[in-house]
Amino acid sequence: MPENTRLQLAKQALLLPTALQESDIHRVMDQLITGAVDDGDIYFQSSHFESWLLEDGIIKEGSHSIEQGAGVRALSGEKTGFAYSDKIELDVLLAAAKNVRAIARQGQNRKVAIAKNSATAKNLYKPLNPLKSLQDQEKVDFLRRIDVATRQLDTRIEQVIIGMVGVQEHILIANADGSLVGDVRPLVRMNVSVIVEEDGQREQGNMGGGARSDYSYFLDEDKAMSYAREAVRLALVNLEAVPAPAGTMTVVLGAGWPGILLHEAIGHGLEGDFNRKGTSAFSDRIGERVASPLCTIVDDGTLEGRRGSLSVDDEGTVTQCTTLIENGILKSYMQDKLNARLMGTQSTGNGRRESYAHTPMPRMTNTYMLAGESEPEEIIASVKNGLYAKNFSGGQVDITSGKFVFSASEAYLIEDGKITQAVKGATLIGNGPEVLTHVSMVGNDLELDSGVGTCGKEGQSVPVGVGQPTLKIDSLTVGGTQV
Amino acid sequence: MQTQEEIKQLEAIIQESLAEAKKQGATSAIAGLSVDTGLSVNVRLGEVDTIEHHTSQGLGVTVYFGQKKASASSTDLSLKSIKETVSAACSIARYTSEDKYAGLPDADRLAVEFKDLDLYHPWQLEADAAVDLAVSCEDSARKFEGISNSEGASVDTFSGLHIFGNSLGFLHGYASTRHSISCSVLAEQNGNMERDYWYSVVRNQKELESAEQIGKKAAERTLRRLGAQQLSTRKAPVLYAAEVAGGLIGSLLGAISGSSLYRKSSFLLDSLESQLFPEFMHIYEQPHLLGALGSAMYDAEGIATQAHDIIKDGVLKTYLLSSYAARKLGMESTGHAGGVHNLSVKSGDQDFTQLLRTMNTGLLVTELMGQGINPITGDYSRGASGFWVENGVIQYPVEEITIAGNLKDMFQHIVAIGNDVDYRGNVRIGSVLIEEMAIAGE
Repeated sequence: MPENTRLQLAKQALLLPTALQESDIHRVMDQLITGAVDDGDIYFQSSHFESWLLEDGIIKEGSHSIEQGAGVRALSGEKTGFAYSDKIELDVLLAAAKNVRAIARQGQNRKVAIAKNSATAKNLYKPLNPLKSLQDQEKVDFLRRIDVATRQLDTRIEQVIIGMVGVQEHILIANADGSLVGDVRPLVRMNVSVIVEEDGQREQGNMGGGARSDYSYFLDEDKAMSYAREAVRLALVNLEAVPAPAGTMTVVLGAGWPGILLHEAIGHGLEGDFNRKGTSAFSDRIGERVASPLCTIVDDGTLEGRRGSLSVDDEGTVTQCTTLIENGILKSYMQDKLNARLMGTQSTGNGRRESYAHTPMPRMTNTYMLAGESEPEEIIASVKNGLYAKNFSGGQVDITSGKFVFSASEAYLIEDGKITQAVKGATLIGNGPEVLTHVSMVGNDLELDSGVGTCGKEGQSVPVGVGQPTLKIDSLTVGGTQV
Repeated sequence: MQTQEEIKQLEAIIQESLAEAKKQGATSAIAGLSVDTGLSVNVRLGEVDTIEHHTSQGLGVTVYFGQKKASASSTDLSLKSIKETVSAACSIARYTSEDKYAGLPDADRLAVEFKDLDLYHPWQLEADAAVDLAVSCEDSARKFEGISNSEGASVDTFSGLHIFGNSLGFLHGYASTRHSISCSVLAEQNGNMERDYWYSVVRNQKELESAEQIGKKAAERTLRRLGAQQLSTRKAPVLYAAEVAGGLIGSLLGAISGSSLYRKSSFLLDSLESQLFPEFMHIYEQPHLLGALGSAMYDAEGIATQAHDIIKDGVLKTYLLSSYAARKLGMESTGHAGGVHNLSVKSGDQDFTQLLRTMNTGLLVTELMGQGINPITGDYSRGASGFWVENGVIQYPVEEITIAGNLKDMFQHIVAIGNDVDYRGNVRIGSVLIEEMAIAGE
């Protein structure tokens, strides 16, 4: 789909129903960019969302929501003025522009030339409407089919919960240089959650996936059932699990979703805002060694159809693949326009926002480590005693101290180079700028996650992707109960 | 009063939505609506960082066709949008299943008394004045020696109107406000940075902690973290500082809530009337406290809220049930659709310093990280930072450790609750001393 088609579709969805003309947008922009305002934008968005929930074998709930509105932003030096409204109307937008440009009144006039982005947005996803990709009857029949088939997988299954959501977003961004950028973003996600019971003991397993596509994504290649099988497998593994050890040891991280370690421990610390402010453990460290020479990490918004991918970011900048760490050396931060301008560099296409009611900031897209040369089996075999953490539930980081934590949802002991007993309740804790310096082997099995990641920062949620090959970390603290 | 006028107008939208649902064939319906306005100001290093003006609104409609349920929402409150929103819900209801437990609450449980809970105290705060206040808060932190950088100070004020109605004739609206000041600053030692924060949040701006005091606490909390060490792996008593102790009660509430129970995804199945805590533990709910953050006359379904003992003499006295969960479990709603309203954990007579002495040697936890809690088994393992304590005296800061145990055991082994109560949240609790947990570190 050519860029101008996306723009036309976005205009049709956002301007046509509201009777707002392009000339009106220019009027608002003229009102906004005056005096000491360096830059500004108007972000129009409409989002159509639906969700379906199957529980206890019945379609228990369905819901539909429409959110639409516009956010008006003025930037002056380091200052941001921002207002938004659920009404896309000229006088509301004019009032918002007048309100937010007041941010600049104390500043001196220092208008800077805004470098025009000449890159062309790639076709990463079609302008699909997931909500219309199946008839409602087909959606509920599909969920029922998956439920029945899941319950047949094992007699110990007590409960099956299946959720499916679809979103279509239209985005229109008016920039201070007069340009208009549009995008149409589909996103689907599905999740299967099971509870198993044996001899009075219960455990749960969850697995899901998604993409910037429509519901046909789940029908292809038996994907939905692969989530169900994985959820059941995880729950059964945890029935057998014993309490995890406590202490510092060698940890092997599985391929794929455990890349959340990179997202938490490294990625957040490389976001431009924290580094401009000097509040990140990675501040002023470009060019320094922050990982073993085996590690190369990128943030890539240009992967076709992935959950974290965007043709253009929420400031209209074309996304790219940014090398963050190359052979262990810190190469680049991730930037939005504001932080790039203040740090004297270019936006890397990482300016993202949850919605029109939120201001953009530097956020990750799909963050992953490139494959190395070791066979995964060889990595496990090299560990005398340690932990193999194959799957994770979630994590958190303190950007400033660099400390991060995440919880394993599937983990095993490694004894004499072999994977042995499953363990539960293993939380890993470490220090971001240090952890990758302890990487001694990188697998040749790079895997991206299945498309379920959501990242939260300052109260804003955005969809992201992560990935990595199997990794060996020589020393990491495992927070079990077996002291 | 202008607010009353606005509430009347919004009530008309709810009535319109319910009427439209009936017209489109729904057997019964629920509609809720809120309109929020606000101002958020953030300053950093003495300069304005962001000024945000908030205005948002949303209408949510749930319809029942017999025992089939569906819902829809929209940010557009126009008549046309109301029709479309109701129609979207009705259309989905054709495809959801008969669920014999679904439906509106019992009419005789709906709130009929609407006391003014003193939740509405608008703050006529101009952006300039908010900036000045935030600057004075941050300045108060930055003037501490050793504070090297700042994430800034914020002043937020929100005002909202909330209207709720159903086809049983329930219709009520009220206004509420929420104001807060927060500050987060950094300090550095030997190339290692630490950050901490403090905040105050209230309904009535007059009750805000002073900006200076918030800045001062943020600075002190940051500075005391400098030079943190890892502990070696061990078992030791753990004292949860009041500001993190609420999380333990949060895990309890999750485990006794109806949806966890009927899904059997709780570590406290069949625990009613069981001795979950030591006998001195008393946890009670006061939904009608004037001006409190969690106060409400009715729950998310319109059922009248009432005072409850959740834990009495250490024994679990009630689950937390919505009408749906209650029907699934063959019980009565407890008026807890949407959660609890103002929970208090009864304090003992020891203050914080005395608790440190009672613990003697162990870990004081002031921050927790990550979500390492399994709701089905109660297995607990979270990242922590805080202080190592010996002979009742704080020795040095610690970080990059985890604390682990099982919530059932942890509840049973609570030794004392301090009287240093943190009143900022929906759960009011002092510091909590637990006899022993596993600490993982070096």
